[in-house]
Amino acid sequence: MNTIPLSAQLINLFASVILLLAFAMLAQRRVLQLVNLFALQGATLSVSTLVVAFTTSQHHLYYSAGLTLILKAILLPWILHRLVRRLHVKSDVESLINVPTTMMFGIVLVIIAFNVALPISQLSSTITRGTLGIALATVMLAFLMMITRTKAIPQVVGFLAMENGLFLAATSATYGMPMVVELGIALDVLVGAIILGVFFFQIREQFDSLDIRHMERLKDS
Amino acid sequence: MDFFILMLAFPLVSGLLLTVFGERAWAPNLNVIASGGTFLSAALLTAEIVANGPRFAFGEEFFIDSLNVFLVTLTAFVGLTTSIFSGPYMRNEAEHGKLSKPRLRLYKSMYQLFMFTMLAALTTNNLGILWVAMEAATLTTVLLVSLYRTPASLEAAWKYFILCGVGIAQALFGTILLYFAAERVLGETGHALLWTHLVDVKGQLEPTIMALSFIFLLVGYGTKVGLAPLHNWLPDAHAEGPTPVSAVLSGLLLNVALYAILRCKVLADGAIHTDFAGNLMMGFGLFTLVVAAFFLSRQKDIKRMFAYSSIEHMGLITFAFGMGGAVANFAGLLHMTMHSLTKSAIFFAVGHATQKTGTQMMESIRGIMRINPLLGWSLLLGTLAILGMPPFGVFASEFMILTHAMKHHPWATPVLLMALGVAFASIFGKVQPMVFGEGEGRKLAHAPAVTPVFVHLGLVLMIGLYIPPYLTRWFNEAARMLG
Amino acid sequence: MNISGLLGQLFAIVLALLLAPLLTGWVNQCRAWLQNRTAPPLLQPYYMLHKLFQKDVVLADGASPLFRFAPFVVFGCMLLACAIIPTLSTDLPFAPAADTIALVGVFGLARIFISLAAMDIGTSFGSLGGRREMLVGFLAEPALLMVIFTTAMISQSTSVATIVETLAHREFIIYPSLAFAGVAFTFVSFAENARVPVDNPATHLELTMIHEAMIIEYSGRHLALIELAASLKLYAYSCLGLALFFPWGIAEGASFVGLLLAIPALVGKLAVGGAFLAGIETINAKMRIFRAPEFLGTAFLLAVLGLLVRLLLETRV
Repeated sequence: MNTIPLSAQLINLFASVILLLAFAMLAQRRVLQLVNLFALQGATLSVSTLVVAFTTSQHHLYYSAGLTLILKAILLPWILHRLVRRLHVKSDVESLINVPTTMMFGIVLVIIAFNVALPISQLSSTITRGTLGIALATVMLAFLMMITRTKAIPQVVGFLAMENGLFLAATSATYGMPMVVELGIALDVLVGAIILGVFFFQIREQFDSLDIRHMERLKDS
Repeated sequence: MDFFILMLAFPLVSGLLLTVFGERAWAPNLNVIASGGTFLSAALLTAEIVANGPRFAFGEEFFIDSLNVFLVTLTAFVGLTTSIFSGPYMRNEAEHGKLSKPRLRLYKSMYQLFMFTMLAALTTNNLGILWVAMEAATLTTVLLVSLYRTPASLEAAWKYFILCGVGIAQALFGTILLYFAAERVLGETGHALLWTHLVDVKGQLEPTIMALSFIFLLVGYGTKVGLAPLHNWLPDAHAEGPTPVSAVLSGLLLNVALYAILRCKVLADGAIHTDFAGNLMMGFGLFTLVVAAFFLSRQKDIKRMFAYSSIEHMGLITFAFGMGGAVANFAGLLHMTMHSLTKSAIFFAVGHATQKTGTQMMESIRGIMRINPLLGWSLLLGTLAILGMPPFGVFASEFMILTHAMKHHPWATPVLLMALGVAFASIFGKVQPMVFGEGEGRKLAHAPAVTPVFVHLGLVLMIGLYIPPYLTRWFNEAARMLG
Repeated sequence: MNISGLLGQLFAIVLALLLAPLLTGWVNQCRAWLQNRTAPPLLQPYYMLHKLFQKDVVLADGASPLFRFAPFVVFGCMLLACAIIPTLSTDLPFAPAADTIALVGVFGLARIFISLAAMDIGTSFGSLGGRREMLVGFLAEPALLMVIFTTAMISQSTSVATIVETLAHREFIIYPSLAFAGVAFTFVSFAENARVPVDNPATHLELTMIHEAMIIEYSGRHLALIELAASLKLYAYSCLGLALFFPWGIAEGASFVGLLLAIPALVGKLAVGGAFLAGIETINAKMRIFRAPEFLGTAFLLAVLGLLVRLLLETRV
């Protein structure tokens, strides 16, 4: 067996943990736990970026790691926590499909993602290339979560988790996008989350609930 | 004076000013003045580009060439007319108690910021910034769609946010893959997302990665274009938002998203060396066209119906660009322009008509011609124009697309003709009884601004009859650039 | 096979017999502490076994020979399992006879016998427990196999001794796939050993019990054997988990010094593992029986993920 450098092993490990957390989020039935898992995913992402930054001595990645930590592991989960408490969201997350079936779909998605990513990872020369498949899988799992959940907050967590997967893809395939772009993306995510927060109150005011199933009136006759 | 900076500064500064002073009496005027300033600088910028050729701005971060400068002018123009239209329209809405003062402030500031994001998306040279601007455009319009805070509008805005959020995430993945492919060629110079650099080396980009990247980009930005099957947000957002927002969504945002796809297609084509990207776009376009045509006949809400009509036209344009080649690209660009002008004109007319009759349900809208002949004519002519009746400009572009398809892709012709026929029958069959017949309307406090409608329709008519040579040259140059 | 190997093997078996009830006692003690109860003495399982071995066997009227026969088979299977799993040293004479797949089979055999015996009497509890046990087993087994395949892929062998040897004496490499497999294995162990999220060994609540329902008709030395077998099973699973995921300290050869060093390492690891088990049991509530498939489905899924991650990340072309 040829040896892989320790840093690459660490990055692989963190990527796997992110994937594991993506699955945990898919299976999680409690809203607050879901937010915590999301925060944990953000923290893992930040640490993994830090390792990449250290190994490749790409300075802008340090900023990315810091940004991720502040935004995804602290600020956004905090906002979500506050929202959950302020809106008295019921702690149960309801799912359209039952959890085991969702997980099965998840596995299928992971296989697809790995298959898609395999030819690309083989072209890459970065030490982190293997994680591209995991990043794609994380994106797809978050996507699945958004589709199957019926409440607003889990959908948003899914949305943000998708952003996590994309960020992982950016660091793993290319050692991060240019700084301007990354700042722009971070700003968009933050503004998006704030707008969603405003939105929650509006939805709540109108429907007395954050259940998306109330919002099925708009249909083509 | 740098017109480019002015053009971006007008909406940005006025947008920020309006967030603070949006409730003052002069705020609506500022909205129009800023849009006017944007349009003026865009026009002067166009003149400069036509005279001196493509140029950069802010280092290499922004790039203006013949392709985007024409879209910039179009965007600034429709932005101006919509702001003129929205003045009396929004005052009437406020009069009817549908909107409070803070909401109007939100509307005005978001409108200007939306214009800013679109102009930034159009002119940026950096594909990453393009993504950021597109996402920002979604964010600004989400709050506009939910402006009325009714359950239906909230639902529409939520759907819009979530679907476009998902779509735009796919686009980001595509962008990352693109960057990944580019970095292998350009190295870590920081230029690997700059379109001008990418075009120079497009032949060396890894085809496998580029193909995958283009799929993600097409699906991602395609969601915003309204390509089926990811079009669900579009009718809801159009029907439930205020009419000026429907007009700019249909007339401008869809164009900008399509523009993003076109830029990426140039790169993908160069790397893959086959018709892969084109075929993909043709498939999506045709499917969208057919889906939209059949949904059209089932609509009851007038804004919803015209939203589906926008989807249909976007499908047609995507198909045209998918075919590729100078003629099809020319036709696609022309159709984009025509559709923007016509559809926003229709939404202006529809907005006033619904205000007059107090409903969006088509079965309750009757006899607009009696209520207000000017409005009746504008709706009728707009509908005829969008359905591709000669002598309007939409006819010219649709005709070009059809003949080109017959020549190069004969199999698609029956599908195109059938879809266009179905669309014609369903839209015309529904608009005709609304325009004619007996009906009653209420008196509005502020007279509707019909000038923008007729300016738009006049332009469409003019281009249908005679395309000025500089416009032809301009379109040709852009079409050639698209390959 | 040499004499020292044989001695080592024998020693491992004796150690298993001695340590297994101790492990059960330790877990019970930890649980009691965590729940603020007065803990039973550490040696309580031995007292229990002692008492049960001295009592008379009461047999139900309809009991067939299978009923009497089953405790011995189950006990034998568990002892064999403990013999195959490298607890102290990887140099085991029994090891070539059985690889990991066979090990899963040995566990399966024990399960079939105990379920059959439970149904043999014909009481409703017995058949209820038997059916539930089969449900859990049939879901746990593929997950366990997947875990083992992941480790087998790393060491390119299905022999337990070889796997442990590869894992214990390689240079330090982080295997993300092992992390997945480890979590999956933990899930499976909880289900297989009738621990809290799936079953509660401490109650006889008819609606929920699985393991206790099956052995409810046993008494005397039969019950003692089954209790001992259950302890051995917990010991075997713990040792397997420790050997696969924390293989440090296991002696490579059968050298006397190595063995001597391996004993404290093993005891230490078992103590930590037992405390961990008790902790998990305390913070979790027992789930409804119908949630068990989901629990084990998750384990299976994690194991498959481990396999996939192994394929994607750790194989280099």
